[in-house]
Formats: sequence, structure tokens, C-alpha cells
Amino acid sequence: MQAVRNFFKTFLLIELLQGLALTGRHLFARKITVQYPEERTPMSPRFRGLHALRRYPNGEERCIACKLCEAVCPAMAITIESEQRDDGTRRTTRYDIDLTKCIFCGFCEESCPVDSIVETHVLEYHGEQRGDLLYTKEMLLAIGDHYEKDIAAARAADAPYR
Amino acid sequence: MLLTAWTLIKILAITLPVMGAVAYLTYAERKVIGYIQVRIGPNRVGPLGLLQPIADAVKLLTKELIIPSGASKVLFVLAPVISIVAALAAWAVVPFGPETILADIDAGLLYILALTSMGVYGVIVAGWASNSKYAFIGAMRSAAQIVAYEIAMGFALIGVLMLSGSLSLLDIVNAQQGDWGLFSWNLIPLLPLFVVYFISGVAETNRAPFDVAEGESEIVAGFHVEYSGMTFAIFFLAEYANMILVSALSTCLFLGGWLSPIPGVPSGWPWLFAKMGFLLFCFLWFRATFPRYRYDQIMRLGWKVFIPVTLVWILVVGAWKLSPWWLW
Repeated sequence: MQAVRNFFKTFLLIELLQGLALTGRHLFARKITVQYPEERTPMSPRFRGLHALRRYPNGEERCIACKLCEAVCPAMAITIESEQRDDGTRRTTRYDIDLTKCIFCGFCEESCPVDSIVETHVLEYHGEQRGDLLYTKEMLLAIGDHYEKDIAAARAADAPYR
Repeated sequence: MLLTAWTLIKILAITLPVMGAVAYLTYAERKVIGYIQVRIGPNRVGPLGLLQPIADAVKLLTKELIIPSGASKVLFVLAPVISIVAALAAWAVVPFGPETILADIDAGLLYILALTSMGVYGVIVAGWASNSKYAFIGAMRSAAQIVAYEIAMGFALIGVLMLSGSLSLLDIVNAQQGDWGLFSWNLIPLLPLFVVYFISGVAETNRAPFDVAEGESEIVAGFHVEYSGMTFAIFFLAEYANMILVSALSTCLFLGGWLSPIPGVPSGWPWLFAKMGFLLFCFLWFRATFPRYRYDQIMRLGWKVFIPVTLVWILVVGAWKLSPWWLW
């Protein structure tokens, strides 16, 4: 009996018609496409995009050249050189991030004791030739200056969950 | 001379709209499949993405034609030509209205069967001339598949011939004229044959779920792996032209061509195009719904299901027609 029923089910294409009905219903379903440049999906405060180096409100750079980020970086994308400044504090003379190596894991940000190296919400950047994605200290500081408001807001929004 | 020119104009009047329809069928395919997958499909080039096919055509035209060094050069270039010629030449006998037909030859259906079988040579030659194992596997699959489904298709057509008593497509459509509109068509007495014919048509055109000749996930792209630029585009043109052709033929053979489905409403070419449009939509719908058949399942379906079904239904229709209970 089961065999007969299965035969008719297959032979009369009933299951195929059920499949067609299902896809036919989806034809009229509300579309979920996000029209990217005009529309965007919401972004978490923890989003890990382009890197930046931050400053204190008085303009002093935060980085103290502890090299924790360089040590923790699994892709070895960070290169730091440092020396003592005239006022006796240690500062970086070189802080390079090779974004072609970076895997955007966020470990540098997590390891930083002074919240200096951070990852911003910027995700639309590009390089046109080899070397364009090697970001130097000046570039990173400039990004930090430019986006300081957004960076601080994202940190504040995420603070209760840390 | 004048007659030749007039015929040429008529040929162009069929070929150019077919080409345009092919271009916009690719657009419709992307849109319909997108909508079924809850996406919106192409919408960037021109309003609603309507210029997308033109952008694609320009892209393909400007691409480099690569002929593999191990390929058989003449055949490699000839293969897409065979495909497109077979796909377009069959349009000569398709009737668009009671008077509108390029060549009303008595054996129109036979001509179409012959030409659609020619199309497979394009695929086989392409696969062989490419000198690539994927292309060759694709070509062999396609050959075996088309042989299997051509027979079922032929038997399905025998049912139509029994009802209309003619091989001319004009006569076949005219024989479906009746007082009951929709119910006078061949569709009702030949429903199983229509289903078999249409599914065989999907298989003949190597469309999903029977696209094992292409099988991009198993044999890369089958017979046209080695093709690029315009030669590749011509294979696509041929495939889509064949889809439109199969829809036009199914419409003429089973769905009463240009005849109106409702008694009292005048017949005409809009009906033909509406029916073709629905069948073409079905092609896209199937592609969006069904996963690809396994190769042995395709063979089983062709040889062990379709051929017996058509044979039985031919007997049933034959007996029915001779019996006093024949309604048409």
C-alpha cells in the first residue's frame, strides 16, 4: 500500500509541485537585500575596521611603546621601534601596520593598556598600488584625530559590557 | 530578387526580436531567480537594471577570444555557429498567427525535430574540439541525454499528429480551434504528453535540473569550459533561443498557439506571447526550485519513465479517438 502511494506521489510529480509552490510563494516574499552604498546594516560598537592611534585630550599621543600589540599580533603585521624622548618618557619612533597582513582579530586593541591602538568603524579604504596598505604612525595618528569622536562614542557604548 | 529581399526582411523580423528576447530572458532569469531567493537581482544598470543585458553583451564582445593551443581550431570556432544556426533556423516554421509564418512547409514538425537534433552537434563538436576532459565529458553527457529525450519527445509529438493529422504547425494550431476555448486545445486530451514534452524540452535545452552537460559544480562548465568572449556568448544565445523555441513549440502543439482560451475573446498573437511567457517563466521557476538530477537518474527518467508513459498514452488516445466517447 505504501509502495503504491509512493509510486503515485512520484509519478504525479506531487512533491515537485509542492516544491514549486514553496518557491512560488517566495517569489512574492519581502526582499531582504540591503542596497549597500545607500543602505547599511547596523554595526556593533566592537566592529573591527581600519586601525587608528589615539591621543589624550591634551594632544599627547597615548602609545607608550610597550610593544604588547606587536607581541600579540598573530599575523606579525605590527612593527614598532622606540626611544626615550627628551622628557624621559618612552615613545615610538616607528609604528607600522601592514594591512595586507592584518587579519583584523582585534588582539592589538585588547592588549593595549592605554587604549591607544584601536580599530575604527571605517571599512571602505583601499590601496591602488603595493605599499599603499602599509600604514605608518603618522597615518594612524591622523586617522585617530579624524575619527576621535566616533572612536570615543563606540568605546563608551561598549563599556557596560566589558 | 525582390522576393529574396522580402524574405530576408522577414527573416530579420523574426531573428532580431528573438535575439532581443534572448537578451531580456537572461535579465528575466536573474530577476526571477533573485526574487525567488528573496533577493532583488540586477538593478544598477539603467532603471530597474533594464540595461544589464546590453552591458553584458558589450562586456562579452570586448573580451579576448582564446583558442586553446591543443584545440581543433576550425571545429572550435564552428561549434557555436552550429548551435546558433540550429536554434535560429527552427523559427522559420513557427506560426505567429493564422497568416504570419515565414515558411508554411508541410513537414514543419519534422523540420523542427531535425534541426533541434542538429543543435546537439554544436555541443558535441565543442566538447571534442576543446581538447579538454571536462568539455569532453560534458559533450558525451549531452549526447546521451539528448538521444534519450528526443525519443520521448518524438513519441509525445505522435500524439499531437494523431489529433491534428498534419505535420504543418499552422494546421496543428488550426485543428485546436473549437467552441470551448481552452478545452478544445490538445492540452486536455494529451495532458501527460504535454508534461512529457515540456520536461523533455527542458532536458533538450540542457536547462536545470537537467543541466549535467554544463554541471558547473562537477565538470566546471562542461562543453564550454574553454570558450571565452563572443564564442561563449553565442552558446548562451543558442541555449536561450532554444528555450524560447521550446516554449513556442509547446504553445503551438499543446496550448493552441495564438488561439484564445476563453470562447468569445478574439484570438491573436498576444495570446501566443502570453503563453510562451508563462512557459519561459516555468523554465526559470524550475531552475530556481529543483537541484540537478544525478546522471543515472536522468537516463532512468528518459528511458524507463517517459518512453513507456508516452507509448501508453498514444494507445489510450488512439483507442479513445476511435471510440464513440471522443469529445473533440
